[in-house]
Amino acid sequence: MPAIEVRQLSKRYGALVALDGVDLSVEGGEFFGLLGPNGAGKTTLISVIAGLTRADAGRVCVMGHDVVSDYRLARSNLGVVPQELVFDPFFTVRETLRFQSGYFGLHRNDAWIDEILANLGLEDKANANMRSLSGGMKRRVLVAQALVHRPPVIVLDEPTAGVDVELRQTLWKFVARLNRDGHTIVLTTHYLEEAEALCGRIAMLKAGRVVALAPTADLLKHHASAYLRLKVAGALPAEVLALSPRESAGTYRFRLAGFDQVESILAPVRTRGLHIEDLAIESPDLEDVFVQIMEGAAA
Amino acid sequence: MTAPERPPVGSGFSTLLYKELLRFWKVSAQTVMAPVLTALLYLLIFSHVLESHVKVYADVGYAAFLAPGLVMMSMLQNAFANSSSSLIQSKVTGNLVFVLLPPISHVEFFGAYVIAAIVRGLCVGAGVMAVTLVFAWPPLRAPVWIAVFALLGCAFMASIGMFAGILADKFDHIAAFQNFFILPATFLSGVFYSIHSLPPFWQKVSHFNPFFFMIDGFRYGFFGQSDVSPWLSLAVVGASFAVTALALLVMLERGYKLRH
Repeated sequence: MPAIEVRQLSKRYGALVALDGVDLSVEGGEFFGLLGPNGAGKTTLISVIAGLTRADAGRVCVMGHDVVSDYRLARSNLGVVPQELVFDPFFTVRETLRFQSGYFGLHRNDAWIDEILANLGLEDKANANMRSLSGGMKRRVLVAQALVHRPPVIVLDEPTAGVDVELRQTLWKFVARLNRDGHTIVLTTHYLEEAEALCGRIAMLKAGRVVALAPTADLLKHHASAYLRLKVAGALPAEVLALSPRESAGTYRFRLAGFDQVESILAPVRTRGLHIEDLAIESPDLEDVFVQIMEGAAA
Repeated sequence: MTAPERPPVGSGFSTLLYKELLRFWKVSAQTVMAPVLTALLYLLIFSHVLESHVKVYADVGYAAFLAPGLVMMSMLQNAFANSSSSLIQSKVTGNLVFVLLPPISHVEFFGAYVIAAIVRGLCVGAGVMAVTLVFAWPPLRAPVWIAVFALLGCAFMASIGMFAGILADKFDHIAAFQNFFILPATFLSGVFYSIHSLPPFWQKVSHFNPFFFMIDGFRYGFFGQSDVSPWLSLAVVGASFAVTALALLVMLERGYKLRH
C-alpha cells in the first residue's frame, strides 16, 4: 500500500490550471521530493493531500484512506509543515503543541511533546509565547506541530525557506532521522542541493503536470550531460558564445553534448591566443537536470 | 524516537472548545470586563436621565426595566464578537490551518465555536447583571425563560458570528457587519424602550427584527410581562437559530471559503 497515492488529480482556479491530471504514488518509508518552479502546482497538490483544498477531479489516498470520504483516518496519518510561517499569538509553545495533539484526539501526550521539543532544540522555549520567538524558532514549532500526533507520513512544504544555515542543517538531520525511523517524507524545496542530498525519488511539476518522476540517481544519470567551466582573460570568440553558455562573474558554463565538444570550444580560444584562467569538467547536479527538464517540458 | 505506529483517531472537539475558551479568557479584560464597563455606563446615563420620565410597566422602575435588556444586548453582542473575531483572526493570520488539518468534523467545529461563544456571552451577561444590581433588582418571575433565551440568543448570535467570520476576508468586513447590522438591530430591538411606545409602522418593523424577540423573551423571564408572547419569541429565535445552524453546517461541510 503506497503512503500517498494520487490518481488523475485536477484542480482549476478560474482559468488557471493548477493541477492537470497528476498521477503519482509515494511508497512507505520513502524520502520523496516534489520540485517545480513557482506556480507549478506543488502547494496545491499538498493542499489537496492535506484536505485543505478540494480537487475538481481525481482521487488522493493517504495510507490507503481517501482524503475526502475517509478524511479522519487520512488526516490522522498525515503531518503537514505549511509553507507560511503561521502561529497563534495567544498561546505558548507548549499550549500550541498540546492543542495540536488534542485536535487529533491525543489528550495526554506530554511525554512525546517533551521529546519533540528536545529534538528540535525548543526545550527552553516551551513556556514562551509564540509571539516572542524568532522566525527560525517559529519554523521549528511548525515542524513540531506536524509531528505531535506521530503521523507515519510527513509533508514539508518548503520548510527551509528563509531560515539560516544552522537551522537548515538541524532540521535536515532531524527529518533524515525520522525517515530512518520509518516515516515517509515528502519534501518541496527550491534548494535543489538539499533535494539531491536527501530525496531518494523526485517528481518534477510544471504547469500542473508531472514532467519527470524517477529515482534521483536515475535523473542525474539520464537527463543531464557534463559541463565545461571556462574562464579566459578577455572576451570569448563569437563562435564559442554562439553555444549559449551560462555566464556568471566572467566564468562560462557550457552544456556538453559529449566530451568531443570540449575541443571545439577550446580550439577558437587557443587560436586567438586567449589566456585560460580556469578550466574544469563538471558533473551535472540536480539543478542542471531541473533546468534541462523544465526547458524541455512543454508549458 | 520510535518507528511510526498507526495513530489513534479520537475527537478534537474538547480541545478545540478548550482552546476557544482559553482564547477569550486570556484577554478577559478586553473580552469580558470591557463590555461590562460599557453596559455600566449605559445604565448610569440612561437610568439617571430617564428614570423619572419613562415608565414602561406599572410598578417597574426604568432602571429595573433597562437591566435585563442591557444584559441580553451585551450577551448577544459578545457571542457574535467571539466567534466572528476568532475566525477572522485565524483566517487573516493563517493559523486556521491548524484546525483544518486535523480530523475535526464540521459538526465538532460548529459545536466548539458556538459553545465557546455562548460561554463568553454568559460570562459577560453575568458581569453586567452583577453591576446592574447596584441600581435595581428586577424580579425573577420565570427563570426558565431567562435561561432559555440567554442560551438560544447567544447560540444564534454565535452562528451569525461564524457566518460573518467565514464570509469576511478582512477585519473591515467584520467591523462593517457589526456597525451596520448588529449594532442597529440590537439598539432598535427594545433594549431601551417598549415597542408599544413606537408609532404603529415602527412597531411592525420591529417584528422583523429577531433581536426584538430575543430581548422581549428574555425580559419576560424577569417581569412576567412582554410586548409579545414568549412562545412567539421562542419560536422566532428557535427557528432563526435552526436555519443559521443548518446553513452553517452545510457551509462547513463543503468547506466554503475555508477549504478552497
